[in-house]
Amino acid sequence: MTREAPAPTAAHTADAALALGDDALVLSHRLGELMGHAPVLEEEVALANIALDLLGQARILLSMAGDEDELAYLREERAFRNVQLVEQPNGDFAHTIARQLYFSTYQHLLYDRLAAGRSPFAGLAAKAVKEVAYHRDHAEQWTLRLGDGTETGHERMGRACTALWRFTGELFRPLDGLDLDPADLEPAWLESVGDILGRAGLAVPDGPRTGAWTAGAGREGLHTEPFGWMLAEMQHLHRSHPGATW
Amino acid sequence: MATAAAHQTARTHGSAGQEGDIDADDTYQRVFDATVAADERIEPRDWMPDAYRATLVRQIAQHAHSEIIGMQPEANWITRAPSLRRKAILMAKVQDEAGHGLYLYSAAETLGASREDLLDKLHTGRQKYSSIFNYPTLTWADVGAIGWLVDGAAITNQVPLCRCSYGPYARAMVRVCKEESFHQRQGYELLLALSRGTTEQHAMAQDAVDRWWWPSLMMFGPPDDESAHSAQSMAWKIKRHSNDELRRRFVDICVPQAESLGLTLPDPDLKWNEERGHYDFGPIDWTEFKEVLKGNGPCNEQRITQRKAAHDEGAWVRESAAAYAAKHSTRTGVEQA
Repeated sequence: MTREAPAPTAAHTADAALALGDDALVLSHRLGELMGHAPVLEEEVALANIALDLLGQARILLSMAGDEDELAYLREERAFRNVQLVEQPNGDFAHTIARQLYFSTYQHLLYDRLAAGRSPFAGLAAKAVKEVAYHRDHAEQWTLRLGDGTETGHERMGRACTALWRFTGELFRPLDGLDLDPADLEPAWLESVGDILGRAGLAVPDGPRTGAWTAGAGREGLHTEPFGWMLAEMQHLHRSHPGATW
Repeated sequence: MATAAAHQTARTHGSAGQEGDIDADDTYQRVFDATVAADERIEPRDWMPDAYRATLVRQIAQHAHSEIIGMQPEANWITRAPSLRRKAILMAKVQDEAGHGLYLYSAAETLGASREDLLDKLHTGRQKYSSIFNYPTLTWADVGAIGWLVDGAAITNQVPLCRCSYGPYARAMVRVCKEESFHQRQGYELLLALSRGTTEQHAMAQDAVDRWWWPSLMMFGPPDDESAHSAQSMAWKIKRHSNDELRRRFVDICVPQAESLGLTLPDPDLKWNEERGHYDFGPIDWTEFKEVLKGNGPCNEQRITQRKAAHDEGAWVRESAAAYAAKHSTRTGVEQA
C-alpha cells in the first residue's frame, strides 16, 4: 500500500505544515469556545489544556509555513487547509468528545510516525506525540463513560459518533511534504477507534466515511458552512486594525 | 500559650459530639485562641468555634465562586483574541482560574462543606461572588485592564491571606498568588502594547482603564466603618488588614504604574499627599457598589444564567460518569475486596 514518497520540497513542507497547523488551530479554537461552559470544573481545566496544547502545535506549524498571525488572521475560508472534522461545531459534550476521539487517535498515529522519521516535522512530532497521547486518553475515557454510563449518555454518544463519521475519511488523504502516506495510518485508526467504541458498548458507525462530493475537501479549501462564522469571529478584531501589533 | 498537652487534646477532638460539655468547650476555646495568638495554623481536624468555621466556609466559597464566575468576562474574548500569542496567554489564564476554583472548593471541603452544595448556593443566589465580575468586557483592552487592575487588587487582598490562620486556605493562597502575579504582569504588558500602539489602540486601553478603575477599588469591600465582618475576621487572623488600608495600598501601587503605562486614572481628586505619604483619591460610588451586590449590576443575571446553564446542561454527563463508575466498581468489587 505504501506509495513511493516523492522527495519533499520546501514548498511541500510548507503546504503540509499549513494543513497540519490549520487542523490544530481550528480545533483549538473550537475547544476555546467551551471555556466557561464545561459540564464539570475539572473539564474546564482539561479542555483548556488540550486547546492550549493544540494552539502551541499550531503556532510552530504555521511558523514553518510563514507568519503565524498573518496565516491565522488574514486568510479567507477558501485558503484554509484543515480537515472538515476539526471545524465541526462543538454540539453537545458527546459531539465534542467524538470529534476529539477521532482526531486525537489520528494525530497520535501521525505524530508517532513523524517522530520516528527524518522530515522537518520530526522534532515537533516528538514533543506533540506526548500531548496527543493524553488527548486521546481523555477522549477514550469519556467515550467509555458516556457510552457505557446512562441510557442518555449511550444514546447521545452513539449519535455523535455517527454524525461525525462522514468526516473521518478525509484524515487519510495523501499530504505531500510528509515522509509518510496518511493512508497507511488508516487500518490502525479503524482498529483503535473500533476497539474503544466496542468497549463503550457502541456500534462502529456503518455510513460512508466521506461525503459524496467532499472527499478531501478541507485540504483543498472547501469547508462546511459553520467554518465561515468561526473565522468571522476569530479574525474580526485583528482585521479591524490593519498593521497593528498586539 | 497553651500547654502542649491541652493543645494536643484539642487538636485530636472535632467540635462534633462535644455539645453541652461547657468545661471542655472552654478548654478548646482557650487552645484555639492560643494557637491563633501564636500565629500558628488551625488545621481541619482541630477544634474551632462554629462561627469561625462558618465565616471561613462563606469566605472561601465566595472566593471559589469568584474564580469560576471570573472566567466568563475573560473567556468572552478567547475566540476574538487578536494574535495567537495573546490567545494562548488568555486561555492559560482562564484555565488557571478554573484550577484556583478547584483548590478553593477543596479548601472549603476541609471545613465540612461540599462542592455540590456550595455550587447550588451560588446558582440560587444564596452565596455571592466578587462584585467586579458583574461588569462587561466590551473591548480587547478590557482583558488587559482586568489583568492589571482586577488581578492587582486581588493580589493586594490575597497576599496577606497567605498568612491566614486557617492552614488549608493559607496554603491555597500561596499557590494562587504566584499565578495571579504572573497574570497581573501579563495584563500590564498587554495594556502597555496597546498604549504604545496605534491611536485607536491607545484609546481602547484608556477607555478600558476608565471603566475598570472604580469597580477595582470596590473590590476591597465597604469602608471600614461599614464592614460587618472585619473586626471579628481580624481578631481571628483570617484577615490581616482593613479594607481601607488595602485599598490605599493598592492606589499607591497603581498610580506610578499608570504613569509608566502612559495612561491616566479617571479621578480628578487623585493627588499625592506629602503629609500622609499616600495618594488622596476621590469618593467611591457606594450606591453603585450596593446595587451590584444586590444583583443589579450590568451582568449579574447573565453570569449566573450562563453558570447555571453549563451546570444544568452538563447534568447528563455527570450522571453518565457516575453510572459508569458505579457499574465498574461493582464489576471489579471482588478484586477490590
